Amino acid sequence: MRIRLKVWRQESREAAGRFETYDLDSVNEHMSFLEMLDVLNEKLTLEGKEPVAFDHDCREGICGMCGFLINGIAHGPEKGTTLCQLHMRHFQDGAELTLEPWRAKAFPVIKDLIVDRSALDRVIQAGGYISVNTGSAPEANIHPVPKDTAEKAMDAAACIGCGACVAACPNASAMLFTAAKVSHLGLMPQGQPERMQRVKKMIAAMDAEGFGSCTNHGECQAVCPKEISTEFIARLNRDLIRSALLLTRV
Amino acid sequence: MSEKIRATAPDGPIETRWERRRFEYKLVNPSNRRKYTVIVIGSGLAGASAAASLGELGYRIKVFCYQDSARRAHSIAAQGGINAAKNYQNDNDSIFRLFYDTVKGGDFRARESNVYRLAQVSNNIIDQCVAQGVPFAREYGGTLANRSFGGAQVSRTFYARGQTGQQLLLGAYQALSRQVAAGTVTIFPRTEMLDLVVEKNRAVGIIARNMITGEITRHAGDVVVLASGGYGNIFFLSTNAKGCNASAAWRSFRRGAFFANPCFTQIHPTCIPVSGDYQSKLTLMSESLRNDGRVWVPKKKGDKRPPNEIPEEERDYYLERRYPAFGNLVPRDVASRAAKVVCDAGHGVGESGFGVYLDFSEAIERLGEETIRQRYGNLFHMYEKITGENPYRTPMRIYPAVHYTMGGLWVDYDLMSTIDGLFVAGEANFSDHGANRLGASALMQGLADGYFVLPYSVPNFLATAGHSEATPDDPEFLSAEREVEDRIRRLLSINGSRTVDSFHRELGMVLWQHCGMARNRQGLEEALKRIPEIRAAFWKDVKVPGSAETLNQALEKAGRVADFLEMAELLCRDALEREESCGCHFREEYQTEEGECRRNDEDFAHTAVWEFAGDEKPPVRHKENLKFEYVKPSQRSYK
Repeated sequence: MRIRLKVWRQESREAAGRFETYDLDSVNEHMSFLEMLDVLNEKLTLEGKEPVAFDHDCREGICGMCGFLINGIAHGPEKGTTLCQLHMRHFQDGAELTLEPWRAKAFPVIKDLIVDRSALDRVIQAGGYISVNTGSAPEANIHPVPKDTAEKAMDAAACIGCGACVAACPNASAMLFTAAKVSHLGLMPQGQPERMQRVKKMIAAMDAEGFGSCTNHGECQAVCPKEISTEFIARLNRDLIRSALLLTRV
Repeated sequence: MSEKIRATAPDGPIETRWERRRFEYKLVNPSNRRKYTVIVIGSGLAGASAAASLGELGYRIKVFCYQDSARRAHSIAAQGGINAAKNYQNDNDSIFRLFYDTVKGGDFRARESNVYRLAQVSNNIIDQCVAQGVPFAREYGGTLANRSFGGAQVSRTFYARGQTGQQLLLGAYQALSRQVAAGTVTIFPRTEMLDLVVEKNRAVGIIARNMITGEITRHAGDVVVLASGGYGNIFFLSTNAKGCNASAAWRSFRRGAFFANPCFTQIHPTCIPVSGDYQSKLTLMSESLRNDGRVWVPKKKGDKRPPNEIPEEERDYYLERRYPAFGNLVPRDVASRAAKVVCDAGHGVGESGFGVYLDFSEAIERLGEETIRQRYGNLFHMYEKITGENPYRTPMRIYPAVHYTMGGLWVDYDLMSTIDGLFVAGEANFSDHGANRLGASALMQGLADGYFVLPYSVPNFLATAGHSEATPDDPEFLSAEREVEDRIRRLLSINGSRTVDSFHRELGMVLWQHCGMARNRQGLEEALKRIPEIRAAFWKDVKVPGSAETLNQALEKAGRVADFLEMAELLCRDALEREESCGCHFREEYQTEEGECRRNDEDFAHTAVWEFAGDEKPPVRHKENLKFEYVKPSQRSYK
């Protein structure tokens, strides 16, 4: 099949960007989207041009490294799919596809389709953990966890930290990402002691990084490759209100 | 035997060896710990857990990873689970049984003392991960659930859906993040180690490249921990992540760290086959599918009819035919080799001819589609996503793929390499799996090393050897930095006519053909002739676009492939010298009449330990003899 790509090219963080158009005329429908870009890059290299820089690693939808916009949609048109698991058979022969990096103040472009997502790491560093030193853990079965609680926590913990939720949000909010971690740890009995502090600190870190606020658009859930529910944002908001009440009282 | 190869495990009863060794270890006073710098390469299960634990103790830690975040290391992709000898199912599991299964599963090529320790600390790992909030699967009563896995008759595998590696890694990453906040750990993401700096046979630091700016930096430390993963990507196509590489290990080998059993590479039988020459990686499908799927190929060579049009009598259910007792459930290595045999003979299916059918039609007829959906729904969904075919209607196509490397840098009982102060953990070392790793044991080993071995053995080294006096301005640092820069300049200046990937693919084909599922003298000798030719062509004709001063993914790849092109020779040399078949190393000359591995315990009950001898001379093969005091070697049979 034939594919026309309009790709965002940007030399560096400081440089101005522009779109470049590339035509590929023998795309195999069984290729993944990233394999199609591999083919483009081999071609560009042999033509003496610079290949398109894009992040990727595991190519099986779990590491969270890949991600950009295809025609304005984070991770492309298939629901619940990362770019690396999106295959060309989902596109029409002759399709024109515009590829852009995540657009968000907190995610500066590094090069072409690669952005700096270290802000998400700093949100976790602000409190997205349970403070337990190695060696001080009690016997694993000492705290029973109801099966459905563990399942619900796992639904939230499935977040791969790709940043699609931020890219899709009109406010560039990292609320779904933050809510997923707050909910995962807040559901587990082990996460209770720090629960109120955690939500407060993580929200403060999110704001400090330049992510916007959540105004319930729901775009995040629509593009999330792990289909994480905005229900967790509601859960975060409840914890945040409780933390305001509880923590001021102390 | 080299003076340097001493396992240092204590003698005496195996049950108390680790306890006694720990008591011998020297300690570092809490107020002195912050004066020591520990460099950790890699942020997967082994690296992140070691860095977090040593940070908690008060050491200053620098963690380097090539990904944009420590959370993305390839441990994240592990699906199945993690073993531990908790005996929660009351099925008579024990530390000794986990130890026994692991030594036997490794076909008697692992060190007993290390494996026993692994089994001992396995239970602490589960405790630790649960305390971190890892959402393991639970029973209705709230206790932890277990499932069965290959190579064991007990149910000892803990899991979090099909994402166990992800959840364990996030647990370790969160512990690491807490130490970043506490100021003990600094993470250097998008930074790749390009060389090890050694002074007077002590590792004193690394040379690294900032992958965004291209800046080359020198980092001094009192200890270097390599937790940089395995070398499966040497084959180009593997289930590893695209960025997985052996450069940190290989550069350390060139600086004096010995390399053990490089030919022990595991090939997993059930992966989605290659669909074209654009293929960039392979995806694993859980081997549990073989419980209900029947493996077959057309009897007629080159039969291109769709599978549903091939009548029953024209199908060859070759596993059932060759192994009537175990049928489709033969172990990984046997299933992989059998698929290769039928495809090499021209019976393979799919566009490439390198695939076999895994057919569920009979199981669906017998049990109903709903039962199959409950058992394997997520796997069928993933298969359909990748191939666009519906496995409820048409048989899956599968083929073996490179998955894990048991070989790695040689380490002693303390996990220290032959270079003082260079510790190696996780898949990067060779220590626990012998010639074949059992399922759900990789996660266990990575976390055992990082949470429960290195936090004791690294301080012992520091207390004994003291501070490294080295500074980043020492001549050894400056000359290593110069070598790194020269190499980068050279790669960029060749400006030839072929891409890096084209060489990598070519190397992968040679290795896959001659040093893959089955090996023989003639093929290995052929590979040893071809590899230097490919390497020479690479350094003459590779085209690496762009510059050294920016983010340049082609340059990153070029450096890694250049190292693979050197390492490939060691792999083949090791396979050639090991004149026996054991575990995943199958030499066609050494097989039983039934076509199974024929081990040679008389001559090869040892670890092959290779020493770099310079570019002009072949590496030197040393031996670490293996003693089996607790598990008596026996022959495996699956007829």
